Amino acid sequence: MSEAALVQGNEACARGAIAAGCRFYGGYPITPSSEIAEHMVRMLPEVGGVFVQMEDEIASLASVIGASLAGSKAMTASSGPGFTLMQEHLGFAAMAEVPCVVVDVMRGGPSTGLPTSPSQGDVMQARWGTHGDHPAIVLAPSSVGEVFDLTVRAFNLAERFRTPVIVIYDEIIGHTRESVTLPESVEIVDRVRPNGDADTFWPKVAPPDGVPPLPAFGDGYRFHVTGLAHDERGFPTTDADLAGALLTRLHRKVEVHVDDIVVVEDFMMDDADVAIFAYGIVARSAREAVLRARDRGVKAGLIRPVTLWPFPHRQVAVAAKHLDTMIVAEMNLGQLIGEVERAAAGDAEIIGHLRADGEPITPTDLLAVLTSSEGGRS
Amino acid sequence: MTDVRDYLREWAMPHVLCPGCAHGIVLRAFLEAVEQLQIDQDKLAMVAGIGCSSRLVGYVDFCTLHGTHGRAPAFATGLKLARPELKVVVVTGDGDGLAIGGNHLIHAARRNIDITVLLLNNSIYGMTGGQAAPTTPEGAVASTTPAGNTEPAFDACKLMIGAGASFVARVLAATPIEMTKVMADGMSHHGFSFIEVISDCPEYYGRYNKVGGGAEMLTWMARRDAGVADLLASKSFVNHVPSSATPPGLATGVLQRDMRPVFSGIRGVAGDES
Repeated sequence: MSEAALVQGNEACARGAIAAGCRFYGGYPITPSSEIAEHMVRMLPEVGGVFVQMEDEIASLASVIGASLAGSKAMTASSGPGFTLMQEHLGFAAMAEVPCVVVDVMRGGPSTGLPTSPSQGDVMQARWGTHGDHPAIVLAPSSVGEVFDLTVRAFNLAERFRTPVIVIYDEIIGHTRESVTLPESVEIVDRVRPNGDADTFWPKVAPPDGVPPLPAFGDGYRFHVTGLAHDERGFPTTDADLAGALLTRLHRKVEVHVDDIVVVEDFMMDDADVAIFAYGIVARSAREAVLRARDRGVKAGLIRPVTLWPFPHRQVAVAAKHLDTMIVAEMNLGQLIGEVERAAAGDAEIIGHLRADGEPITPTDLLAVLTSSEGGRS
Repeated sequence: MTDVRDYLREWAMPHVLCPGCAHGIVLRAFLEAVEQLQIDQDKLAMVAGIGCSSRLVGYVDFCTLHGTHGRAPAFATGLKLARPELKVVVVTGDGDGLAIGGNHLIHAARRNIDITVLLLNNSIYGMTGGQAAPTTPEGAVASTTPAGNTEPAFDACKLMIGAGASFVARVLAATPIEMTKVMADGMSHHGFSFIEVISDCPEYYGRYNKVGGGAEMLTWMARRDAGVADLLASKSFVNHVPSSATPPGLATGVLQRDMRPVFSGIRGVAGDES
């Protein structure tokens, strides 16, 4: 794969998964994510993996969790309506600490919404869709090449932190074909497995980094996995101290590694007075708008969160101190803008450029906002 | 010869089951079957959903997955496909398996994936406090049917035969030796095996319907033997006056045995290396 090839976003996702070591896919058809399954079913048998089309999205993620507990790197993919059905098992995977990757190719919502149109309406669902307090790692590629890279990274983070990781992108990224040169090999992280005595093994005893080792079913370690609050032996408990300790550790294992997880790309931010905060396909339009605004003498920049969750609070706060205005552009009616406002804490004026009608936000749209905000300021 | 207690996590006791609940007898019968078949303890995975019966997997010293409500067959599907050498047994209940999990159960049966499902039918939701289940007999009292249930009950075995299960059986918690025999038979079957176990819930079903405690319910179940499930699904059970007429249909024992291709997912020639 060292030569440039014309690759679709969803195909890049499947290729990234295979490169990362994914050997199980359980899924259910839905536009605009189905090509991921259609590529996985062809590629998995070639590498000794297995594919199954399940009866619904609830079952899809359940099968993925089962496969992961059997020792396989496993994934599923869907779009809004199916992603909603997966919330039950995203919570289970977070609680039981089962590594897995879920891809959400966003389309217009709510409900069946706009099946073939792009959207960024699921970015809060990706964080808070399942009930209860839990950590979330959500990655947002904005190009076909980055879909590949971040799918690999999603597997690595899932394995590293024993947690579900979500790759989220819109229909345009999923269906766009771009000329990309995919790497011949990638860095791979595998979950830590226990090496001690199986008879004294307790599955939820964590080392200082907060991530317990995970054996596969069938490896000789007989252990219990549950979505109930549990003790270090993995057994259900209602003891407040033990339940509290578990939830604290689940959060802490991600929070203390936030600098390893969070990636933000700055573009022309060094001297910027006004910046667009955008992710996914909108960041592509924003980049073009920034270049055009610069041609007109506007000191514009772009802040692109590659990691949506954990939210890059520190990076946004630092940027806000140097900016007059931050324009949050997203294909929804205002989701991450709330986080941006919280992080900026009044240090910059926050303006939303929001649309949720199934049409993309164009460079021309954003150029108009950049020039008018610049004009309004001076 | 292994003592079945070697298969228990005695450190996890006492268990959550109520006095008189027959689920413990069912577990004992199952462990006897595991012992008879000499299944490698390290290679046996038990998968459960949510409910009283599903809690059984916490007390057995195998690899155990206590998943989400109704989804055990889906978890088990991924587990089995990713690691075919595992013997995978699902423990579910009538609410777990037939209401919220009905979709997963019928598709696991249709695929004929090589797992065994034990469905413990106590005709009611026990863990949540005695609400009506899809198996609650018409007329029976539950906390959500105070004037008597007006919905017809599911026949789990007919459902499974219709869905293509290649091994279907029904046994009674009151006949433990028969239970062990049928469970061993089902676990030896190559393909999807489904075993409905008629269990009891004296705490809710028995109390609400005034049909006695655990001993009375089991004694009555044992006397009726074949056809008890039909009685469970009739008003005569509620009125505690079993009909003298021979109940139609619903027998116990192995009801379906069929050899057909076993589902192993879409995989390549090298797929078994997993």
